[in-house]
Amino acid sequence: MSGSVNGVYIIEFKDVTKVYPLPAGDVVALDKVSLGIRPGDFVAIMGPSGSGKSTLLNLMGFLDTPSSGDLFIRGRNVRGMTDEELTALRRDHIGFIFQQFNLIPLLTALENVQYPLNLKTGKRNNSDRSREVLKAMDLGESLHTHKPSELSGGQQQRVAIARALVNNPEILLADEPTGNLDTRTGTAIMELLEDLNHREGKTIIMVTHDPGIARYAHKTIRLVDGRISEIEEATEEA
Amino acid sequence: MQSSLFFEFSKRNVRLHWFRSLLAVIGIVIGVVTIATMGILGNSLVLAISDSLSTVGDSIIVTPHSGGGMMGGGGTSADLITERDVEQIRRAVAPDLTIPVYSGSSRMKIGLEDTAGIIYGLKQDDIPLLLELEKGSYLRGSSGCMVGQKFADENDITIGTRITVGDKGSLRVVGILKERGMGFDINPDYGIVVDDKWFSDAFDQQDYNMVIVKVKDLNSIEKVKDAIDKKLNRRETIVDVIDTKAILETILTTFGQISTFTTAIGGISLIVAGVSILNIMMMSVTERIKEIGVLRSIGTQRKEVRRMFLYEALILGLLGSVIGGVLALGGGYAVSLLMLQTTEYLFVPSSIVYVFYGMAFGIGTSLLSGLYPAWKASNLNPIDALRHE
Repeated sequence: MSGSVNGVYIIEFKDVTKVYPLPAGDVVALDKVSLGIRPGDFVAIMGPSGSGKSTLLNLMGFLDTPSSGDLFIRGRNVRGMTDEELTALRRDHIGFIFQQFNLIPLLTALENVQYPLNLKTGKRNNSDRSREVLKAMDLGESLHTHKPSELSGGQQQRVAIARALVNNPEILLADEPTGNLDTRTGTAIMELLEDLNHREGKTIIMVTHDPGIARYAHKTIRLVDGRISEIEEATEEA
Repeated sequence: MQSSLFFEFSKRNVRLHWFRSLLAVIGIVIGVVTIATMGILGNSLVLAISDSLSTVGDSIIVTPHSGGGMMGGGGTSADLITERDVEQIRRAVAPDLTIPVYSGSSRMKIGLEDTAGIIYGLKQDDIPLLLELEKGSYLRGSSGCMVGQKFADENDITIGTRITVGDKGSLRVVGILKERGMGFDINPDYGIVVDDKWFSDAFDQQDYNMVIVKVKDLNSIEKVKDAIDKKLNRRETIVDVIDTKAILETILTTFGQISTFTTAIGGISLIVAGVSILNIMMMSVTERIKEIGVLRSIGTQRKEVRRMFLYEALILGLLGSVIGGVLALGGGYAVSLLMLQTTEYLFVPSSIVYVFYGMAFGIGTSLLSGLYPAWKASNLNPIDALRHE
């Protein structure tokens, strides 16, 4: 994975450095990181606080751009892309799953799921596809009209996953997806993600502190001080 | 299609924060009502003044220099315009009409009642050129008089009533004049009009108090004025020559300026409302930073975030302006009734247009106030916004 960068990768980092200029001095969040993520990979990113996990995930989600080095999606370099182009990339290729679910409080569960699809298609009547995805997330019709505040944490995260999936993105980026859930619900969510990876071949990149959660991934990237310290491939038994 | 999506967002947000939205709307309502009401009042005032002035701007008034003889019946010839001067004016302005006028005031006895009034002496042929008849007939002899409508109403005068003018003699009312309004030349509404010879004999006055020149071509007013000036004021200024059009324009311009000033004062309240919207929108942006981060991260473009906040400002502006527009009609009605004692100028286009001005300013102010918050929201860094607690 690391170092052997070539065209088969869905996401590819080449000597990517990310520096945050601060008044007290520049902070190097990522230091010459090179890696490649293949389609269908299930990757966990681990490391202590401040190791650069979130920065790596933000770069993969095109929420940020490298200070130096090159970042590719399906061979397309994002260097020099406008904010509008990066936003369109996020909309069309990436599904985000957040620790705090981050559903839009003004919208119902169904509308939250519909929203990215509406953005992509420019049409407002996308309820069939949204209902289908919500059903796949095991959320019954009776919950569709509920506002996020009326749903449990597990239900909110299922809605958030449905929202991430509705545009059928190739990549799912999950930031501590079970961090706000109890163990049982967290396990159910991880089984759901595992299923999406297995059945639909979704590429999943997940930041986690929890080794138990990281075990669902096939590969684990460990970061220390903005550098990749270890890449661990899971065995079949795991 | 996406516009309606973001409009829906904005609508829901306004509804969710209904109380502060209501406060912003109230601010706009006050601004719109003030602007529109002040505008309506100012315009009604100008219209009321225009209507009360009989002058249509087609007259030139020639008075003795320094104006000493205008109302001074029986004045000395030094204050008056001689027959020779009138002839010179007639020659200078031909073919425009020259109407010499005697004027004065006197005590009068109507039945058993004593009163006072203005008396105008006009040649019988000139009367129809200046005055319209309401009832009865124009003067045909020197023993009759015509009466201004208000004077007639106040003194219960009808056709046939006898009026005794001081110790000058008694006159029979033959006609009642149509109300003419305040004029720069003569004001017969509160007086009587008599034959010029009767006036001359009664007041022992040969010379005139003023000469009115009716100009047929309004574009030639300046030329006619110059001609009179050159003819009579060649060696020394013996007459003052003024045209009613200029006076009318000056008066209307002055009242127009007063109206603009009061409307501008109304505009200040709208600026205050705008600041309130700006404040509310900034609160909305601050509260929704995380939401904006989420929207941006899942593919919402900057311009779409911007649009969402501008729609919010637009909704507040539209609500405030529509409610303000409706209330402004009521406000305009009340203020007109209170200050002008009439609402007849409220529903004329030049008054109603102020309601639309007020509404347009209300919507414009709201949008302007929403610009900065919308710009700020759309330029938030998605990562920072997502981290915001």
